[in-house]
Amino acid sequence: MRTIGDVAQFVTSKNAGPFLLTLDIVFPDEATYRTFKSLKPLDRHVIAGLYGIPETDILKIIEFDPAYAVKVTMRRPLGSGALGETDVYGAQQHVPLMLHEIDWPEGR
Amino acid sequence: MGVRGAAGGQLSEASIHRMTVLAPEGMLGYGIPVRSMEEGLARNPDVLAVDAGSTDPGPYYLGAGVPYTSRRAVKRDLAMMLEAANARRIPVLIGSAGGGGGRPHVAWLVDVYREICRERGYRFRTATIQAEIDKAWLQAKMAAGRVTPLDISDPLTAETIDAATRIVAQMGDEPFQAALDLGAEVVIAGRACDASVIAALPIRAGFDRALAIHMGKILECGGAAAYPRHGSDSLLGVIDGESFTVEPPNPDKICSVASVAAHSLYERSDPYRLALPGGAIDLTRTTFEQITPRAVQVRGTRFAPAPYTFKLEGVRRAGFRTITVAGTRDPILISQIDAYLENVRNRVREVYGSDGYRLLFHVYGRDGVMGGLETAKEIRSHELGLVIEVVADDAETSAAILALSRSAALHSTYPGRKAIAGNLAFPFSPSDLRAGEAFEFTIHHLVEVADPLELFRVEMIDS
Repeated sequence: MRTIGDVAQFVTSKNAGPFLLTLDIVFPDEATYRTFKSLKPLDRHVIAGLYGIPETDILKIIEFDPAYAVKVTMRRPLGSGALGETDVYGAQQHVPLMLHEIDWPEGR
Repeated sequence: MGVRGAAGGQLSEASIHRMTVLAPEGMLGYGIPVRSMEEGLARNPDVLAVDAGSTDPGPYYLGAGVPYTSRRAVKRDLAMMLEAANARRIPVLIGSAGGGGGRPHVAWLVDVYREICRERGYRFRTATIQAEIDKAWLQAKMAAGRVTPLDISDPLTAETIDAATRIVAQMGDEPFQAALDLGAEVVIAGRACDASVIAALPIRAGFDRALAIHMGKILECGGAAAYPRHGSDSLLGVIDGESFTVEPPNPDKICSVASVAAHSLYERSDPYRLALPGGAIDLTRTTFEQITPRAVQVRGTRFAPAPYTFKLEGVRRAGFRTITVAGTRDPILISQIDAYLENVRNRVREVYGSDGYRLLFHVYGRDGVMGGLETAKEIRSHELGLVIEVVADDAETSAAILALSRSAALHSTYPGRKAIAGNLAFPFSPSDLRAGEAFEFTIHHLVEVADPLELFRVEMIDS
């Protein structure tokens, strides 16, 4: 088992407008990216579980070949800067995804 | 091959095979590196274009009508741009002036601009473009069914419009072109789609809209699309008939296919599609090619026209905020932090009731960073940080309720308590900090319009 953070070059979160969070996983090379894609480790159910939110709040999971990247876009529980909100820029919501374990093939 | 001095003039099609845009930085006031500016200008750019705003720092700045950049820093960067514009007579385009891009934000930047011109004796034909929305106009659009939610599920209501402190719309490239048509050499615009600021002159010169906007989308963050990605920096874009090329003027940085492609992900919900006023750019057939060790060429981006819509951004004032910051090192308290805070809340409720204010606890070490998205239940820290926050309708009520919350948190007892002199360590005196007005985003919608210029008044002003 490896975490996504172990195999990715970057795992980041950021606002995409005041009401969405977008999480980017960028892989260091094409081979790692292809391996990750072939394992299909992320779907709405998995990501919703990592963040404790309904699957309907996970809006998009997009594979972006030109950057060897996978993007996940979700609704924020609260808009950026709303009362009770904790992360105006949305820049520190990446950890559950980064620490998510996947069945990585040995030797890759 | 440039079109020097072309601002306001007719551009002869035959003379323009390519156009160079210099984005001196990703955000006006973040610090243009001197060397990057010099190297960038050595490439004879046809225009200096910069984005000056964002919703990213949250709702306060739009609501309060204040910039989130420092006046001194903005003046320094703008003076560098104007010095180049004065020497070379190339246009300067600024979008989302003052951060929020509302009327007071534009006025603030115009004031900085005039101060520079006065001190240095610069004279430019100058245009402002306002982006603040008239509420009556928006009520009529809403009533006519021309407003739809974006990223949120709530339809816009008359009450939400009435309660809004300020509403702006993001303009496209057309109002910038209109200002250039009037002969403007410097354009200071309110809220604008960041890519449109950079794309405006190339589109006006007849270059492909999709490529110009895609180039704008990369340049709007300045050097962010180059590696190593640290500090505010500049980026050059050169557009020709079939492609555009991006390259950092800073010789210590490079654009790689990875750095440019990865930038398509940044702060966007979908890397393949970017919606703008009047359509979207589509990256499904875009290719990125390393044409020199430091430059990347992009081609194949397409434009998909759509009905003309503008993105609206609006905030309402939620009240006045007071906060205090404290911490505990006591494992007996930490083990029952939730019950202890509920006890504090009840104590406040006994005095002030439960309506007319919000009392919020930010507990660092428990879920202070992720709030509702935190799934870890176990606290493993040896200390906890606590920010107590009160938001109420007026500043005095807010301060009074916060003061009671703070003293209740300091002195309330809990089972097994040993430290009876006080529960919290406060790092500051005074402990209670008045944070001023608190705002929330309430409007994030699209409004359909008939004319790209419908909302945005171009006005020529004195420099």
